[in-house]
Amino acid sequence: MSNQKNDLAQTGRPVLDVRNLAVSLAGNPSAKVVSDVSFTVHPGETVCVVGESGSGKSVTAFSIMGLLSREALHCSGGRIELDGENVLEADKERLRALRATRMAMIFQEPMTALNPVETVGEQIDEVLRIHKRMGRKARREKVMEMLEAVHLPEPERIYSSYPHQLSGGQRQRVVICIALILEPRLLIADEPTTALDVTTQKQILLLIRELQEKHNTAVLFITHDFGVVADIADRVVVMNRGEVVEVGTREQILSAPDKDYTRMLVSSVPSLVPEAREAHDGDIVLSVKGLGKVYAQKRFLGARREVAAAVDVDLTVRRGEILGVVGESGSGKSTVARCIVRLQDPTQGEVVVCGENIAAARGSALLSVRKRIQMVFQDPFRSLNPRLTVGESIIEGLTNFGVARAQALRRAGELMGLVGLPADALKRYPHQFSGGQRQRICIARALALEPDVLVADEAVSALDVSVQAQVLELLDDIRRKTGVGVLFITHDLRVAAQICDTIMVMQKGKIVEFGPAADVLTSPKQPYTRLLLEAAPGRHWDFQNFRPLPL
Amino acid sequence: MSNNTIQGELLAEPAARAPTRGDRSSLAAQMLLSLRSVPVFLAFVVLTVVSLLAVFAPFLIRADPIAIDPLQRFAGVSAEHWLGNDAFGRDVYSRLLFGARVSLIVGLGAAAASLVVGLIIGVVAGYIRFADTFIMRVMDGIMAIPSILLAIALVSLTGASLVTVLVAITVPEIPRVVRLVRSIILNVRSEAYVEAAISLGTPTYRLLIRHMVPNTVAPLIVQGTFIFASAILTEATLSFLGAGLPTEIPSWGNMMADGRMYFQLYPSLVLYPGIILAFTLLSVNILGDVLRDVLDPKMAKRT
Repeated sequence: MSNQKNDLAQTGRPVLDVRNLAVSLAGNPSAKVVSDVSFTVHPGETVCVVGESGSGKSVTAFSIMGLLSREALHCSGGRIELDGENVLEADKERLRALRATRMAMIFQEPMTALNPVETVGEQIDEVLRIHKRMGRKARREKVMEMLEAVHLPEPERIYSSYPHQLSGGQRQRVVICIALILEPRLLIADEPTTALDVTTQKQILLLIRELQEKHNTAVLFITHDFGVVADIADRVVVMNRGEVVEVGTREQILSAPDKDYTRMLVSSVPSLVPEAREAHDGDIVLSVKGLGKVYAQKRFLGARREVAAAVDVDLTVRRGEILGVVGESGSGKSTVARCIVRLQDPTQGEVVVCGENIAAARGSALLSVRKRIQMVFQDPFRSLNPRLTVGESIIEGLTNFGVARAQALRRAGELMGLVGLPADALKRYPHQFSGGQRQRICIARALALEPDVLVADEAVSALDVSVQAQVLELLDDIRRKTGVGVLFITHDLRVAAQICDTIMVMQKGKIVEFGPAADVLTSPKQPYTRLLLEAAPGRHWDFQNFRPLPL
Repeated sequence: MSNNTIQGELLAEPAARAPTRGDRSSLAAQMLLSLRSVPVFLAFVVLTVVSLLAVFAPFLIRADPIAIDPLQRFAGVSAEHWLGNDAFGRDVYSRLLFGARVSLIVGLGAAAASLVVGLIIGVVAGYIRFADTFIMRVMDGIMAIPSILLAIALVSLTGASLVTVLVAITVPEIPRVVRLVRSIILNVRSEAYVEAAISLGTPTYRLLIRHMVPNTVAPLIVQGTFIFASAILTEATLSFLGAGLPTEIPSWGNMMADGRMYFQLYPSLVLYPGIILAFTLLSVNILGDVLRDVLDPKMAKRT
């Protein structure tokens, strides 16, 4: 987006003008969730609102749409002007009319935004039925035209499909269809690509850009991902704890941020270029040969349907090594991880942990290898039993293997020190901790049994970037101190670049490319790896050094 | 990792969400709060009074509830017989109190028995995959039998007694509990903390008791209140139809059955047990709804 275009946009009247917006808890006007938020969005402009979880970015978006749940939150001050009309003063009827025709919203999870029991066509048609006086035939034509505009293949077939029959990317296209069919002046996108794979994300971002240019739509784009910001933003609003930290053009924010908080956020985006790392030559702690997993679906009176989630996977992890497994959703990376820790039974191949094949171990034999290999899960809010104290959770493994309670608790205290939490945290319950702290607790629990291999399945994906950086640092630190070998599953190439020694790229259950991290990420040999790298958002920007990368 | 990083993290992340689950004091507080509503308060009072009457019935009665006095048939209200006598000259007031005992015993017994049996079967069905289909089809089969029919069949086979009635009421309730427990176990077994426990080598029995079964407690308590109410009603129905408790036992259903023949002459014989039965059931259901709203806010929103 050239500066010239920006200037043009700035001079006209803004589509959206938010002034001193304040949102507080209903029934307690002094408890502000969002306060003093001001920014504008001009026609044809993309404004990104960035912030970590709890920064108030979604609340701001929902206030603009008039979608705040009345029992919980209400706007207690300021103005939200849409083409000069104050949305906060509009009554229900007016809001309803405004929502479809002047402003529209797309959401993070397209599956929940669509009605599962209505065909896609009917759902798009509904918008026209309610807001336009058009004949059935004209409506259908318009819907078809729109389906084509969002580049959905075979519009006829899509029209009569149900949401579950479409892929995530296709569903998001349908949601965009619904949002843009009446050509609103303002499009609010609340993390629309967060649930999608990188390659799909890239396509959706391009699509939004294309439609925006066609209709000169103003776009308010909510995201936590600075990569996306670097790719699409004209201007950026940085939010933290319900307040605006900084507003500026993309160049200002990314290359010369004023505020420390912005600097911290931007610089904690991991680089895509890995540091050179020495090859590990320690003992092999985990070796997987020819691992395969086939899901068989038996049907009554019908052929067995088989889905191969993993085919012929070989890998080795040495003491102190971090092996990254990268791939998009459905690539089989989680299946491999779950087969290795034996949460699922592999249908083929060997899993050798410290010289012992556990692929088919049962009963007590399986139990004895369980402590050699431990797992850290993706969602820190679900991986700790909410009813047990943190201490109980951590010592569970030790007591399972016959360690006395008192001794186990002492060990748990030491582990808390290792993961950087105070020892008195043991007596508290999981809900008293933040996501990053819980993930530390999960790591402590996994380490309690002194495993030889740690499997981390998307262990930092649910965390904010700044916290992500700290947890990655902790993992690296632990690997150095204890010599544990780590199998690190992730979809995020930046994370992989930051922590992995070697990287394995998976696609459709097969290994596509394997090699030292530096080689795979800087000079990929396979077209698929190249595709993944090209789709990584913000690829042209060096976030740590606040400057563009020479390409 | 130094303390700095932790503080940094606390700054960067929003405060952990306020405690919601497993907070007993707030649960009790919520229950107390709901007593502010008039119907809930009345329901609470009615149930307390009925329970107290049932517990202290032996000290409160005016006459032996099964003593027949042919000379005093249909005696009117008097200082001696507060609510008069029935067709056999038995004291209606005393029979009502003992009827409350029977109802509460049947309600509590059926609720406890179906919860315990249902919990065990449900956990087995939910956790052991190959047993699931078999167990659930058996449950479907039981659900297909009309419960009154089953009760009548049981009573005609084994004779009328409290145990028969309890079994007859409990068996049809079990499939509902099994379905509830099974669905919860199926849900919980894919929770990350359960998988974490599996990979920590936790033995199955401890996995179930520690990580899975506690999730069923709140829904089971709620389900229990509804079984309690429906058991009382079913007992009354069975007794009224003559397929329940032996006729000499003073239960509300029996009293109504006895009074039915004289309804046009002495409507009070049916009305007294009928009214107290209706109010007891209403109270149990109201309190059950409150419990559900407090223990399971999600379900409250749906209805």
